[in-house]
Amino acid sequence: METPLTANIRPDGRLDRAGYEATGGYGALRKVLADMAPGEVTQMVKDSGLRGRGGAGFSTGMKWGFIPLDDERPTCIVANADEMEPGTFKDRILLEGDPHQMVEAMAVSGYAIQARYAFIFLREEYRPAARALERAIGEAYEAGYLGEDILGSGYHLDLQLHTSAGRYICGEETALLSALEGHRPLPRAKPPFPQQSGLWGRPTVVNNVETLCNVPHIVNHGAAWFQGLSRTEDAGTKLYGASGKVNRPGAWELPMGTTAREVVEEHAGGMRAGHRLRGMLPGGASTPFLTDEHLDLPLDFGHVAEAGSRLGTGAIVALDERTCPVGMLANLERFFARESCGWCTPCRDGLPWTERILRAIDRGEGREGDLDNLALHCRHLGPGRTFCAHAPGAVGPLESGLKHFREDFERHIRERRCPWE
Amino acid sequence: MLSEAERQAIAEERERWADPRAAGVEALKAVQEHQGWVSDEALAEAAEVLGMPVAELDGVATFYNLIFRKPVGRHVILVCDSVSCWLVGQEPLYAALQQRLGIAPGQTTEDGRFTLLPVCCLGRCERAPALLIDGEPVGDVSPERLDDLLERYP
Ligand code: SF4
Ligand code: FES
Repeated sequence: METPLTANIRPDGRLDRAGYEATGGYGALRKVLADMAPGEVTQMVKDSGLRGRGGAGFSTGMKWGFIPLDDERPTCIVANADEMEPGTFKDRILLEGDPHQMVEAMAVSGYAIQARYAFIFLREEYRPAARALERAIGEAYEAGYLGEDILGSGYHLDLQLHTSAGRYICGEETALLSALEGHRPLPRAKPPFPQQSGLWGRPTVVNNVETLCNVPHIVNHGAAWFQGLSRTEDAGTKLYGASGKVNRPGAWELPMGTTAREVVEEHAGGMRAGHRLRGMLPGGASTPFLTDEHLDLPLDFGHVAEAGSRLGTGAIVALDERTCPVGMLANLERFFARESCGWCTPCRDGLPWTERILRAIDRGEGREGDLDNLALHCRHLGPGRTFCAHAPGAVGPLESGLKHFREDFERHIRERRCPWE
Repeated sequence: MLSEAERQAIAEERERWADPRAAGVEALKAVQEHQGWVSDEALAEAAEVLGMPVAELDGVATFYNLIFRKPVGRHVILVCDSVSCWLVGQEPLYAALQQRLGIAPGQTTEDGRFTLLPVCCLGRCERAPALLIDGEPVGDVSPERLDDLLERYP
């Protein structure tokens, strides 16, 4: 089984530039600069079927294709390394473990869209990753992989690391651009899309860390190879994670389409003794619940969507049968309420309501009509009702939780207590 | 009042960016690194160095979870209270921390040693429950481990 993204990650420390080069590192950059036109790189990425690993799953090549290559404005490429989706830590592993892979990915992807400026937008809490990246960026400049006239090709790219200061909404593409410009990080209206008018009004592409890290490997081995890594229609490998009461929480690079059962039972070592998996968020806190009935579902974009959820970040958060689903939902909604940017009323005011109702039910103070009220909030905060996807993401788990764990909610209200306490 | 070192740090950040405003977050973090938090006076001076309105820099400062606009203790303990940590015992851990330090969330111990704050997922869910102490991650924390852990922060 091939694991291109994590192959160079060693338990005994990360690779420096020489070590990275010894494994073939910066070969993809040399290749595109010497032999490929920018459009060819984009076409190859399009053909590979690479889809965004940050949650939305949009075709990466298609996203790049919207960049006007004959524009006078300098183009920008941004790595979204603001990983803050609860349950998700996969990008941290790539950044800490193989920082040169990220740097090369920025240079190769930047070349494809003829970017002049590149930025890595990193969350403040990832200090070890920041140190690793600072060093790798310095080494890459010294070797001529970044800066003016890269490897004598006439292509220029400057790469800067920006460390943020902690706020989930910065992971939203347009809020991230506001943040990078130094504004209060509020989402912006689309259109215009960032590819037309992004950072400082320049054509801009924002991609997730894992997405970008795939690019050098696609360039090295080709689109067909990338398709072949997967077990299903969605190409490539995927960094799947598992957390909650599993024996060995962690993240693993596996073929796209690996089942939830394999991730939880084989890689995470199963549930802790005496526990049984009851439900799961398949891709982080903003993805609707699946249940134990879905354990054999191949985790790719299509199959998870068919089952009523989203692949998201591929980070499984496991709910066991001894943990109260109402309590878990109250925890999730507190997160979303707290992290709302406050720009639009339904999200700013609605999410604290959902948290309050859930807390009351959990404490045994639920009332007749609470569940209808929650369902109403799910509708009013659903897709298309708010300025960005934060609110719909927040009610995804809630709506599905009301469906799958209905009986648990009703018991709380009927018995006027939490049956798990 | 900003010290020479702080002004220097902000000026350097400013140089890295084509638009000085983009250095705002880094400037605030530089102040915080030196003073532990960002006072109104320091914020106003930083805004002046960056050539931007004070209210705008304040709008940025108050948005972020990790910029402190009130004094904090010598050591800041951020406790992740998101879902993966919650599932494996964050609530008892948080209660134990509050009891051990004798403070409620958001407060600082009387001796000025610790400030305790809840925070969203730290991206260390595989080592849950997780904390961030003085910016560095600490994982697999249990109430039993607390005494040993806190001792390391005099
Ligand atoms: S949906 Fe929420 S996070 Fe998004 S813009 Fe509206 S208030 Fe902000
Ligand atoms: S949920 Fe606590 S570190 Fe992710």
